[in-house]
Amino acid sequence: MTSSQPIDLQNSTIASASQQPLWKQEGAEPFLRIENVTKKFDDFTAVDNISLDIYKNELFCLLGGSGSGKSTLLRMLAGFESPTSGRILIDGIDMAGIQPWNRPVNMMFQSYALFPHLSVADNVAFGLKREGVSRSEVKQRVAQMLDMVQLGHLGKRKPHQLSGGQRQRVALARALIKRPKLLLLDEPLGALDKKLREETQFELINIQEELGVTFVVVTHDQEEAMTLATRIGVMNHGVIVQTDEPHDVYEYPNSRFVAEFIGSVNLFEGKVIEDEPDRVRIESPEAGATLYVNHGISCAPEQIVHVAVRPEKIKISHNRPQQQDNCIQGEIEDIAYMGSLSVFRVRLPNGKEVRVTQPNFTRSMGDRFTWNDKVFLCWDEESSVVLTA
Amino acid sequence: MSILSRAALIHDASSRMTKYDFIRRVNWGKTAVVAVPALWLAVFFFIPFLVVFKISLSEAAIAVPPYSALLEWDLEEAYLTLKLNIGNYLYLLEDAFYLDAYLSSIRIAAVSTFYTLILAFPIAYMIARAEGGKRALLLALVILPFWTSFLLRVYAWMGFLKKNGIVNEFLMATGIIDQPLVMLQTDFAVYIGIVYTYLPFMVLPLYSALEKMDMTLLEAAEDLGCRPIQSFFLITLPLAVPGIIAGCLLVFIPAVGEFVIPALLGGSDTLMIGRVLWDEFFLNRDWPMASAVAIVMLIVLVLPIMLIRNGQGKEETV
Repeated sequence: MTSSQPIDLQNSTIASASQQPLWKQEGAEPFLRIENVTKKFDDFTAVDNISLDIYKNELFCLLGGSGSGKSTLLRMLAGFESPTSGRILIDGIDMAGIQPWNRPVNMMFQSYALFPHLSVADNVAFGLKREGVSRSEVKQRVAQMLDMVQLGHLGKRKPHQLSGGQRQRVALARALIKRPKLLLLDEPLGALDKKLREETQFELINIQEELGVTFVVVTHDQEEAMTLATRIGVMNHGVIVQTDEPHDVYEYPNSRFVAEFIGSVNLFEGKVIEDEPDRVRIESPEAGATLYVNHGISCAPEQIVHVAVRPEKIKISHNRPQQQDNCIQGEIEDIAYMGSLSVFRVRLPNGKEVRVTQPNFTRSMGDRFTWNDKVFLCWDEESSVVLTA
Repeated sequence: MSILSRAALIHDASSRMTKYDFIRRVNWGKTAVVAVPALWLAVFFFIPFLVVFKISLSEAAIAVPPYSALLEWDLEEAYLTLKLNIGNYLYLLEDAFYLDAYLSSIRIAAVSTFYTLILAFPIAYMIARAEGGKRALLLALVILPFWTSFLLRVYAWMGFLKKNGIVNEFLMATGIIDQPLVMLQTDFAVYIGIVYTYLPFMVLPLYSALEKMDMTLLEAAEDLGCRPIQSFFLITLPLAVPGIIAGCLLVFIPAVGEFVIPALLGGSDTLMIGRVLWDEFFLNRDWPMASAVAIVMLIVLVLPIMLIRNGQGKEETV
């Protein structure tokens, strides 16, 4: 079922780069359609009525903690599990009853699942050989694939003779060699150390763009999701709570869960006093102040909401700033110097703790902060988000 | 160049270890730990082997012990004669009976090993895939027969297989046959006895090989286009090879020399080298001949096994 077209370098990602991405176009045909899919294991609902459209050439990340159902969803796409109810369509074809070995889908396993008794080249060739591709073509395509993942010289090695990073590449090459329409990646970078992970992230994006394969990545690592994804689906308790581009997921989380799951955030509980289209005023005893947010929300008056402010959006200063609104006072309780930035834990008079990060612009900060300093914390109206859920 | 200096050279070239490390490596504690089993093997295997080998080169005699001495002192003439009798070995080659016995033993052992493997593989596979508690129970069940005497269990099979035994009674009662089958005192009964007795020795190494296998490998194979039957032959079976080899050796080696099972279940025409050995030793009282039979059996068994082991070792280091 896999197409045997030569690799198309002029794929549509590049062509459509100037246009709107597919998921923003009205009436665009999704490549992968998940329709009301539910998966139950006995009494436990792992995936709860998920509907999701993923478009061609996307690198979609399913992000969630353990037990959020992201892996179960991925396994249903691969065909290892079948949905209790709902439909999965890949390129318009209903996958119900189609066995894993007949799906136009390949998977890269979290453990890589390399065959220990086969050499690197044989591991990569495995899928092609099952298709009955001629011996010479197998050889040529394996060589090509190994070159792409920069392992051309290691074809004769056995998996246990490779480093973690090399194994990851073999797993990727093996999953890509059949030119699947859809590649599923289960925690693709999870087993790599931090430095290698950062390099590999960009490599993965390059390969994805080069081959024009649609990727669905499962990860619990929000940083990984942010760098890799065209869009992120944040999962919790078997439900996708938010689907958006990385920037929007971070800057405009739609719920407390998403705000807290991705990055760190300060949440202030408060009551809506004034709800205008371009400005909301919120009385927050937790912040000890009235907070302003410059975007409208749809909520009942007097509703209890949360104002979310990211630590890096808060300005910290010793002197009372010009700004009047969204300013609170506190005392520095703890400082963590992290090299590129410093993290401050500031205690408000009412006991609430606020996290503030500041990039270390200079080697020695003139206005150096130290423990027990009385400071002002301010942020702009547009920097905070009101969360109703 | 002495071995030591060569070793030191290799050492310098291959690692950053210092001389100090090299000296420290001569570790007496380690030597002692290895010495105990080495001594054990020397006392209870190698020396007895030499004794048997010595007897095989002597001549049968009516004496106690019933063989001639290899060394003879003639004090008056100041002569020490060493008499090595290779006649026993020549006789083994000459008399087709012994060759037949060896070949028949190997054939019976090989056929039984094959059936044991076929029977044990699904059992081992099922146990390896069972869940924790259930797995422990199943493993215990595999080992359970060892709690009863081996001899008793073989006798029990006589009860099953004899003319008016349980199997025949059942088959007649259900009308499948109207004449009792002759099963006891046939090669068939010997196969059953060996397969039954040695099954755990096959199941356990197979289990340990299969249990180590990562189940996601099978999913990966399916994902890459294998049907389950293909992934069995391409993944499961190759990964079980170490277990298969170990299990086959554990069954084949003792089965070749098996005496009790052919004696109790086999017929008079079931020719196995274990019985020949017994007869030479206890009926003919020809210790040298019996010893020669034993030595040749050892060589016949050990050589191919060493070759297999050697091949395996090489493969692992590649």
